[in-house]
Amino acid sequence: MSRAVSGLSALGLLFLGSLFVGATPLVPADLMSQEAWELIWDSRLPRAFAVILSGASLAIAGQIMQLIARNRFVEPMTAGTGQSAMLGLLMVSVFLPSAVIGIKMALSALAALVGSIGFFMIIRRLPPEETLLVPLVGIVYGGVIGSAAVYFGFQLDMLQYISIWLTGEFSGTMRGRYELLWIAGAAAGLSYLVADQFSILGLGESVSLNLGLNYRQVVLSGLVVISIVTGLTVVTVGAIPFVGLVVPNLVSRIAGDNLRRSLPLTAMAGAGLVLAADIFARLVVHPFEVPVATVIGIIGAAVFLWMLYGREPHVS
Amino acid sequence: MIEVHNLTYRIADAPILTDISLRVPLGGIVALIGPNGAGKSTLLSLMARLLPLQQGRITVDELTVGQSDDRELARRLAILPQTMHATSRLTVRDLVSFGRYPYHRGRPTKEDRSLVEEGLGLFELSAMADRSLDTLSGGQRQRAFVAMTYVQDTNYVLLDEPLNNLDLAASRSLMVRLRELADAKGRTIIIVLHDINVATAYADRVLVMKDGRLCGDGAPRDVVTPELIKDVFETDATLRVVDGRPVVLA
Repeated sequence: MSRAVSGLSALGLLFLGSLFVGATPLVPADLMSQEAWELIWDSRLPRAFAVILSGASLAIAGQIMQLIARNRFVEPMTAGTGQSAMLGLLMVSVFLPSAVIGIKMALSALAALVGSIGFFMIIRRLPPEETLLVPLVGIVYGGVIGSAAVYFGFQLDMLQYISIWLTGEFSGTMRGRYELLWIAGAAAGLSYLVADQFSILGLGESVSLNLGLNYRQVVLSGLVVISIVTGLTVVTVGAIPFVGLVVPNLVSRIAGDNLRRSLPLTAMAGAGLVLAADIFARLVVHPFEVPVATVIGIIGAAVFLWMLYGREPHVS
Repeated sequence: MIEVHNLTYRIADAPILTDISLRVPLGGIVALIGPNGAGKSTLLSLMARLLPLQQGRITVDELTVGQSDDRELARRLAILPQTMHATSRLTVRDLVSFGRYPYHRGRPTKEDRSLVEEGLGLFELSAMADRSLDTLSGGQRQRAFVAMTYVQDTNYVLLDEPLNNLDLAASRSLMVRLRELADAKGRTIIIVLHDINVATAYADRVLVMKDGRLCGDGAPRDVVTPELIKDVFETDATLRVVDGRPVVLA
């Protein structure tokens, strides 16, 4: 319980702090003025919410994906889900350019779902002992879909969109332009209701069937959550790598794999990581900023290397 | 009673099981023996709906495998598959608790909890109940999985080579416990065994399989004969009778 309290208070501090970081100077003393509140209301608060929602839901999506794949080295952004979302969005922009944003999002999430199902059909045939084969196949698979997206983007003169989708950042987040992320957050939050079923998936198909789980249905519902989260994040703020990889691994080491217990921690840690990275991204070249995806990429790569080489001896 | 009618299973035209029919009434230990590749695991997996049926019919009491509700079947029959790649960082107690999942679907009652504690105690896991599965030895992990199938509280328990990772003491203690479950609780245990001597020591009935067919069925002392060793296992190990039961000298 105390872990939850300290986690929440740390997250609260980061949240409050993030409201006072940005190109326009703002200190708590300014809170008497109307402009300060407008700045917070229109820009800083939406940005803080967008960061928290995407961080928490990406971390949860990564955790679910790792349980379904029974592999700790996969995450939606690198294993085809994110790339499929981009390809889907590109197709929608070409064939249904006048569709409302909601339809575009839905179709992009659907493309992400098709891409994830494809990934899981491929890795089902891989030997489970070969732990590193799954992420490698994921990277190749994601790369192929990603290059298809780039090819179409080039042909359609839409490459600048792809580069926006590829590098997640929150500088353009304002009121009225991030709200779809609440849906991603809700999808990730709803997965808590079936946390037990996802934990059982992590024990494999035979154990799941033995316990009377409708294996395909639970896997599919997990993939739906992953796809909604990934699709909406890519479209709204762009791809943020490593959150779905690093956070679930760290949380699993600390709190184990019973999702009912660990999922809230995953959400908090994911939100905290992206929030801290986003504050850093705003401060490092102040008053300019660097994309949060770049900051997370550096942190994530370092943590990932530590995970690979610093594995506990008893983990086979 | 588990009834298997004319079960045939192929993988890409290669026959794995050919026309198997058998009945297993409630209660007792049934050992399934036979050389490698005889189809023992496939038979168990089909009974437990881990593989889809191709030809034939299997019923568990009044439930038909492949048609009945999965939850219903999960309260009637439990299986422990052969290979358990447990990379999961669940605690032993969490794992054993999942055995009650078919009953409570995520909301364990007091009764579920006390059954879990009973299972932990019975399989001597209480002391390591809060340890993570990936910190256990192969034998301890195996015991935790057996405890999970125990608290699943099913009439039928199918175990696929559960002694694989276990040393002599652990093997014996598992078999003794299974014997108690069969005798005191009237459970039916169908167990794939490699060691014929374990089968003759603990089973009430031995089923022999070879090349996807059933080729022997009966009490251990009637089934385990020099002919079995020679014809089914194709080796010439000596068979002696020790204390009234056949023992294979490997």
